Amino acid sequence: MSGSVPAVQVTNVTKSFGDTHALKGVDFEVAPGEVHALLGENGAGKSTLLKIIQGVYQPDGGEVRIFGEQVKTFTPDEMFRLGVSMIFQEFSLIPTLSVADNIFLGRETKGRFGLSDRAAMRKRTRELFDEIGIKVNPRASAESLSTGYKQLVEVAKAVARDARVLIMDEPTASLAEREVELLFSLMETLKRRGVAVIYVSHRMEEIFQVSDRITVLRDGRRMTTTGASDITGPELVRHIVGREVAAFSWVPRTVDRTGRPRLDVRGLSAANGPFDVDLTVHPGEIVGVTGLMGSGRSRLARALAGLADGVTGEIRLDGESVKVGDPIAAIDSGIALVPEDRRTQGLIGIHSIRANASLPVVSRFSSGGFLRDRELTRSVQDVVERLDLRPPKIWRPVGNLSGGNQQKVVIAKWLLRDSKALILDEVTAGIDIGTKTEIVRLMRELADAGKSIVVVSSEAGELLAMADRIVIMNRGRVASTMSREELQAAVDPGASEAEQQSQMQHALEARVQGLSTVRAGS
Amino acid sequence: MALKMDSQGAVVEQSAERGFVARILETAAERQVTWRQYVVYIGFVGLFLFFAITLHDSGFLSQNNLLNIVRQTATISVMAVCMTYVLSAGEIDLSIGAVVGLSSVTTAMAVGEWGIAAGVLVGLATGLAIGTINAWIRTGLAIPSFLVTLASLGIVSGLAMWVSDAAPIPIRNETFNFIFGGGSIGPIPVLIFWTIAVVALGHLVFTRTTFGRQVLATGGNPVAAKYSGVNINKIRRRVLMLSGLGAGLAAVLYAGRLHSARYQFGEGDELSVIAAVVLGGTSLFGGAGSVVGALFGSLMIGLMNNGLILMGLDASQQLMARGVIIILAVALGPKK
Repeated sequence: MSGSVPAVQVTNVTKSFGDTHALKGVDFEVAPGEVHALLGENGAGKSTLLKIIQGVYQPDGGEVRIFGEQVKTFTPDEMFRLGVSMIFQEFSLIPTLSVADNIFLGRETKGRFGLSDRAAMRKRTRELFDEIGIKVNPRASAESLSTGYKQLVEVAKAVARDARVLIMDEPTASLAEREVELLFSLMETLKRRGVAVIYVSHRMEEIFQVSDRITVLRDGRRMTTTGASDITGPELVRHIVGREVAAFSWVPRTVDRTGRPRLDVRGLSAANGPFDVDLTVHPGEIVGVTGLMGSGRSRLARALAGLADGVTGEIRLDGESVKVGDPIAAIDSGIALVPEDRRTQGLIGIHSIRANASLPVVSRFSSGGFLRDRELTRSVQDVVERLDLRPPKIWRPVGNLSGGNQQKVVIAKWLLRDSKALILDEVTAGIDIGTKTEIVRLMRELADAGKSIVVVSSEAGELLAMADRIVIMNRGRVASTMSREELQAAVDPGASEAEQQSQMQHALEARVQGLSTVRAGS
Repeated sequence: MALKMDSQGAVVEQSAERGFVARILETAAERQVTWRQYVVYIGFVGLFLFFAITLHDSGFLSQNNLLNIVRQTATISVMAVCMTYVLSAGEIDLSIGAVVGLSSVTTAMAVGEWGIAAGVLVGLATGLAIGTINAWIRTGLAIPSFLVTLASLGIVSGLAMWVSDAAPIPIRNETFNFIFGGGSIGPIPVLIFWTIAVVALGHLVFTRTTFGRQVLATGGNPVAAKYSGVNINKIRRRVLMLSGLGAGLAAVLYAGRLHSARYQFGEGDELSVIAAVVLGGTSLFGGAGSVVGALFGSLMIGLMNNGLILMGLDASQQLMARGVIIILAVALGPKK
């Protein structure tokens, strides 16, 4: 962060869409060799600002300079020429082409007769990879790489095109822990080369880990720009949300465990895991399930909902045996899954909120196969209001809603269905902090109303805020269980609430990591 | 989540307050409906006016000619209604043209042998049987319906040729020919009644039943539909069976109109039908569809054929003009 020319300098930029003022005079500056986190809730103006920097939108007022050069024409091509590159969430690699072909796509090295010189391209790819420290075979086809390595190649592709400003939007959303580490070390290398990175993420821990400075937007204004080490998590959240949030602290609730368990699982296995899982959840109880990537958390969730291959074992709901491995039987008995990936598994993007929310219940709103449309509309309206979905326009297609609103639509399905046991897989992933709070609160309300809830999550903070007990998975099996009491025991009673929270988090993470390494070594 | 039964009253109240039209417009805006979704109706009216003006001396507007267009389009319309379900569910059926050929042959044979009722039943059953076989291969072996029905297109054509010895089979039962072909009630040809009946039923089921919703869900995102408790393979089978049945009915109408059966009947119809359905605003990739749109898509194709002939274009010019019009209409249609 020397006194040199900023990589990106945005001064007093404004942008409106009709009556909506997305940006109301925003300043934003990124230095070369800096990772700068850009935070804000949905609608704060984050994506508008990013789209201006990518050249998708033209600002109404203010100016943008890239390495000192004032931008006059806002087109993606121009921004690309100036060195701005976006790392897409949905990867832009062509699956069937090799890594080297992908890196050189559209600017192939030409050899004799104008044919592309693939050997030369492979050689240059290898050199580039050595330079920035990624270990990928340039001959491998892109589709053979794991998500994490695809992401690394994606970054390398931008670097190969002389990108000096990288925009990364939720780059770790679908990466495994180890892959996240690889990405972060690549970012370190790029920083040393003077590349500026604009980093967007909803994951607080990561933000503190990778970023040098943080800028928070709210309602189209810059709330703060600060060094990452000069601010605490709760302070940051306050800037983002604009009010005090107690989302991620535990609210004690009482659970009656004397009666018959609502969800009683014995020896649940599926072809690729989970293996031999026992799980009981009482009415009103929230059970957390965690573990590292690949530990079988999500597979357990899917197996419970009948959505895995070769499911065996026994599931009882309120004492009634549920046919395993049959999603329809699971839903009929009252087990519901809010799946990990809401776009591909949870929603039909081109259909309306109404159509999506009512899909599991259409038969309940029909007489002789014919829908009772008005009644259905009315019920969807009720549940949309209850979930505070904004705006509550039920005919709107879900594809363009914010992540938080989309997740509310998925939850709405199962509220309409009145499911008794809810299984939620990474329910707050990619959702702004305000909506996260609402969802955590909703889960507590639903549990208090007697539902049984299983929260599958990789985020310790979220689990600690909700779960009465946390099950830790490893290699498809239940490796350990941590009760509230055990978690409390890890806490220094004299410490502040924030410190206690982080102590608990460490205790849980240590357990998760410890179990995994022990097993991996054996 | 208690469901209140007084919803009807509430909704009526609401509409009285804001006005019916205002409410519809508001809903349309919320659905993010654009004029592109209505391009088939605009195109239909535009094409109609164009022919009405340029061809007013050639008898285009005569009652006879107009009724004839609908008559000749009836078979395409019937199949288009079923194809709307197929495409909306994310499937495709390329075998319908061949099924028409085979079903027309079995119908003619059965009518000659056992009479009208048996003839119709055999024709429909033939279509349904082929559809059912397609369906089970599709879901049982998880082969894309494009490939399944491409293969059955060949098999069924061959079968039709073989069963009929590649010879036309005349139908001499005048009652059959009246009910399913040349007859009229008053001035209105029976084929129009058949079209109206199939479209009305098809539209009602598509928009108002759980089946219709599940078809759209399966085509919109099969994974999400499955995760929401839709039996997606059952839906896929149903639409393919329906498509076979629809082709069977179209075959009966072909046989009635032409007083005979031939294995070539329906040859190439699958392409006209798919074009009509896509013109009508149904997505080729599933998840969105319109039965009424499909009817107008069919009528537009019928209108085109008729008008281009009246304009005196020869067969080669007709083919080219038809292609250009279809591309224009689809290019102006909803953006995927």
